Amino acid sequence: MEKTILDVQNLRIRYGGSTTEAVRGVSFTLGRERLGIVGESGSGKSTVGRALLRLLPGATITADMLRFDDVDLLSLSEKEMLKIRGRRMSMILQDPKFSLNPIRRVGDQVAETYLRHFQCSRREAHEKAVAMLEAVKIRDAERVFKQYPHEISGGMGQRVMIAMMLLADPDLVIADEPTSALDVTVRLQVLTILDGLVRDRGIGLIMISHDLNLVRNFCDRVLIMYAGKVVETLKAGDLDQARHPYTQGLLAAQPRIGGTRQPLAVLDRKPEWLEENA
Amino acid sequence: MSVSVEVRNLSISFGAGASAVKVLPGVSFSVERGECFGLVGESGSGKSTVLRCVSLLTDFWKGEVLIDGRSVRDMPLIERCRTLQMVFQDPYGSLHPRQSVRTVLNEPLVIHKLGDREERIRRAITDVGLPVSFLDRFPHQLSGGQRQRVAIARALILEPSLLLLDEPTSALDVSVQAEILNLLQRLRNERGFTYIMVTHDLAVVDHMCDRFAVMLRGEVTEILPHEAIAVNGASHPYARELIGASLEYEGIR
Ligand SMILES: Nc1ncnc2c1ncn2[C@@H]1O[C@H](COP(=O)(O)OP(=O)(O)OP(=O)(O)O)[C@@H](O)[C@H]1O
Ligand SMILES: Nc1ncnc2c1ncn2[C@@H]1O[C@H](COP(=O)(O)OP(=O)(O)OP(=O)(O)O)[C@@H](O)[C@H]1O
Ligand SMILES: [Mg+2]
Ligand SMILES: [Mg+2]
Repeated sequence: MEKTILDVQNLRIRYGGSTTEAVRGVSFTLGRERLGIVGESGSGKSTVGRALLRLLPGATITADMLRFDDVDLLSLSEKEMLKIRGRRMSMILQDPKFSLNPIRRVGDQVAETYLRHFQCSRREAHEKAVAMLEAVKIRDAERVFKQYPHEISGGMGQRVMIAMMLLADPDLVIADEPTSALDVTVRLQVLTILDGLVRDRGIGLIMISHDLNLVRNFCDRVLIMYAGKVVETLKAGDLDQARHPYTQGLLAAQPRIGGTRQPLAVLDRKPEWLEENA
Repeated sequence: MSVSVEVRNLSISFGAGASAVKVLPGVSFSVERGECFGLVGESGSGKSTVLRCVSLLTDFWKGEVLIDGRSVRDMPLIERCRTLQMVFQDPYGSLHPRQSVRTVLNEPLVIHKLGDREERIRRAITDVGLPVSFLDRFPHQLSGGQRQRVAIARALILEPSLLLLDEPTSALDVSVQAEILNLLQRLRNERGFTYIMVTHDLAVVDHMCDRFAVMLRGEVTEILPHEAIAVNGASHPYARELIGASLEYEGIR
């Protein structure tokens, strides 16, 4: 955790045509660690992730600081951003199938990621792509390589996105719900791969997830977002000691194996939560 | 308004000739009236395909799908839509990008000539925990979880007897998930809805379902009562492994 990879201070984002800010003053730093972001649906998690990669056309982004390594992300031209996006900083988007080109074979798109960032022959890129699809536990990778996005399952789509990210070999990965469509066995295998990147290659990893078990067991720290703000930051292992009523409400709303099957606890959202800041 | 479902020897292949792949070799299960039936299993094992076949979105399958004893193929389209609705795994793909939320919810009401439209639309959007002001938004102006809730509202608005739910809550935070699961349970108690629900979360299965099937490579390995999860009462090795991994993931062992 020595080195700071990302430094975000007072990040604010307003979508074009909107009168209110979707993100209202978010601050955090990221080292060589696994940082979880959980929070209310619509609280601005994906918006923060996309802002880091400047993938928000039409939106107004301001911040006191938005620094990646030694780069000031706010002052970068689009041309300079192109060199960073995908290659040094990569995002696994929440809707995998929507992010793929529907009329091109899945494998070609994976191979292309490699070709775009590294010098090699088409054949080499093809081999790399197949090997990476196998690494993320896709059965029958050669067959899947030739399929179109609408022909693959939800969990295969997520793993295709992860394979593309892995091939680019970035220093910072923002993973937006990367494993929600995976069965638990495959999910644990994919998480082990991501874990290895942080431990062996020293990358920084931001995991946006609704899966409380995942952030508790797999992340180092967790930010909890509510209505565009960070309301609480916790060591992942201390998640159960959360103090903010939103976080406590999340933990209470989780169905559990062997539970009573009575209606689940629901949150009583308080207007004053909107104004809190951690 | 409750229906049973019987799936007998459902099989399907994609592609032709030498490159054809049999995705479902022959799946059978039955779901009782008012039951919540879970489908779990390996990613890519064919769970979504089963739902697509039952709803006739994919229609070149072999075998039989009976709804209340009647073949789904014999139901006229309008009747089929009133009887069964599906919530898709991929909410982005399933909403038309240039249709506002209001249009998405209004369209089925127009097609099915239902009255009190504004009233129904408002109730549907409120039921899934979204403000009425969201009716004028377009899909790209919604977060992932908000899109999924619109998809659920669209499925509920026709008050179908059978809901096919493909990972309905995996894009939602657990507090919104709790609201949706409570809503589904309430509808089931009040109106006897039947559900077939695909999920990777065995805690959700244990909470919602009566029985569930574990799928692996296109086959149902085992059908179990929900009580089998907590004690890992499966006998098929893959089902045992999957339940075991889930118990470990939840921190129960
Ligand atoms: N293009 C847009 N125009 C206007 N508002 C938008 C746009 N995109 C997103 N929003 C709004 O900004 C807010 C934050 O959205 P965001 O996608 O960041 O949420 P999220 O925390 O990722 O939620 P989820 O967990 O549901 O994916 C939401 O209320 C959403 O409706
Ligand atoms: N239109 C199609 N053409 C070719 N193959 C297809 C098509 N649709 C599905 N498949 C294949 O069928 C298999 C099962 O896919 P399906 O989407 O049913 O899996 P799933 O169990 O829902 O997985 P997940 O949990 O990842 O969503 C996959 O191998 C997929 O590639
Ligand atoms: Mg999101
Ligand atoms: Mg699926």
